[in-house]
Amino acid sequence: MAAIEANSITHRYGTVTAVDDISFAVSEGELFGFIGPDGAGKSTLFRIAATLIVPSGGRMTLFGLNVVSDFRRLRSQIGYMPGRFSLYSDLTVEENLNFYATIFGTTIHENYHLIEPIYKQIEPFRKRQAGRLSGGMKQKLALSCALIHKPRILILDEPTTGVDAVSRTEFWEMLSRLKDEGITMIVSTPYMDEALRCDRIALIQKGRIMGIDTPEKIRKSYDQKLYAVTHPEKYKLLLALRSMPQTVCSEPFGDSMHVTLKPSADPDDLVSGLSAAGLDGVTVEEIIPGIEDVFLELMKKEQ
Amino acid sequence: MEKEKVIEVQDLVKNFGTFVANDHLTFDVYRGEIFGFLGANGAGKTTAIRILCGLSRPTSGSVRVAGIDASRPEEIKKRIGYMSQRFSLYEDLTVTENIELYGGIYGMTMKEIRPRTEMLLKRLSFTEYGDTLIKSLPLGLRQKLAFAVAVFHDPEIVFLDEPTSGVDPITRRQFWEMIYETASQGITVFVTTHYMDEAEYCDRVTIMNEGRIVALDTPANLRSKYGTTSVEELFVKITRPQKEKA
Repeated sequence: MAAIEANSITHRYGTVTAVDDISFAVSEGELFGFIGPDGAGKSTLFRIAATLIVPSGGRMTLFGLNVVSDFRRLRSQIGYMPGRFSLYSDLTVEENLNFYATIFGTTIHENYHLIEPIYKQIEPFRKRQAGRLSGGMKQKLALSCALIHKPRILILDEPTTGVDAVSRTEFWEMLSRLKDEGITMIVSTPYMDEALRCDRIALIQKGRIMGIDTPEKIRKSYDQKLYAVTHPEKYKLLLALRSMPQTVCSEPFGDSMHVTLKPSADPDDLVSGLSAAGLDGVTVEEIIPGIEDVFLELMKKEQ
Repeated sequence: MEKEKVIEVQDLVKNFGTFVANDHLTFDVYRGEIFGFLGANGAGKTTAIRILCGLSRPTSGSVRVAGIDASRPEEIKKRIGYMSQRFSLYEDLTVTENIELYGGIYGMTMKEIRPRTEMLLKRLSFTEYGDTLIKSLPLGLRQKLAFAVAVFHDPEIVFLDEPTSGVDPITRRQFWEMIYETASQGITVFVTTHYMDEAEYCDRVTIMNEGRIVALDTPANLRSKYGTTSVEELFVKITRPQKEKA
């Protein structure tokens, strides 16, 4: 049985269509990522899955139970971590955790093994008010609270937004441990590089899914040769690349430009061409496309 | 050619009671450079930036921004621009009204503001949006406009806080192009971010940890020095052991 089955889910806020006819399935035990920018519809979709809003159209089931009609039975099987910090700021770490355990009819003790690796890190601060924790610690507490009733599925809405790179790395490591416990997870993120941590991903934009597959296959779906071109004078390099007849697309990507060429063009010609434009010492290297390259390509095709 | 320094920081210390938020920071930023300022939560980044923006005074050390000493914060404020990811434009004002408001705050007259507004709207292909409320603009356009407004008064330095976090990949590329263009015109761009892929776009990056600068170089040099494939990996490598100890 699929952990999630979504068929033609649509959601409108007034005249705005936030989620537009989305269908997908998540298998039990899978770590599934929704990758897309702000405003893509990720949070709306997650709130529907968490049984918190009723979709305008379509049907979604979690473990065979309908998110609309069976929401009461589903609630205890779902652990939901909203995008905004939603714990009680003036309760302590321990009080928050206790509260969540109690409303789900359990105790901290009963499922302690599940949260232990995460909670242990914030336990020294258990008497501190949740509002006074750092971003990374808030995130760990929120995950502990979402887990304390031993849900079958975790719905994590942008859990890594606004926290530093070390905390983010630790967070993804925690998720892999939970995967080993057999918990199904859907995670949303605007950060393309985090896609590689998931079993499968859906690329989402303007309420629609543009692609859905393993990160590896998504990267392989890029059907052109891609080159990284570098030179310290980036802006000059970008303008020069754009004006060259051999290039199709030149886009800034970190410390290089990602370039696609016309079929007849030879990448070696770029070096001499750029040298003639006053840019000496340019390096050109064929690279494996990243998720963001694919995302960009899919967006351009849709426009 | 000697590069012109627009930010000069020497032995900057900032204490809050017994807590040392900035512990003898020394660095320079050059004109037209895109400078990335990275650090974990609580590393002391915000404290340092507040001092550079004239919002807070150093406990000791010397700080000069755009040639002005930190003891004259009001003068510094006039010469810098600022854009944050979360808030930068007034949603209930139109595009033109926002530009006029910011221009006015920075002491420009309407006579200066009007022709420049027209130019700006044209350059962004925004002419049709002049009378549109910010809240009805798509997110991507808002971010681009926010940046244009932050440099509208021709500051010497513009501070950007997580400038492209959460925007779609196309807008992101257009945004960095605007940053490159701005830097090529001699405006220094100071970027603070949690997102290491944003750091990769910078000419040089500095990494702060526990109040100190622990690395400062070009992304490429840092990657090769620490033997990592990305700035993200490097950041975790540098700051994680200290973090676990703490």
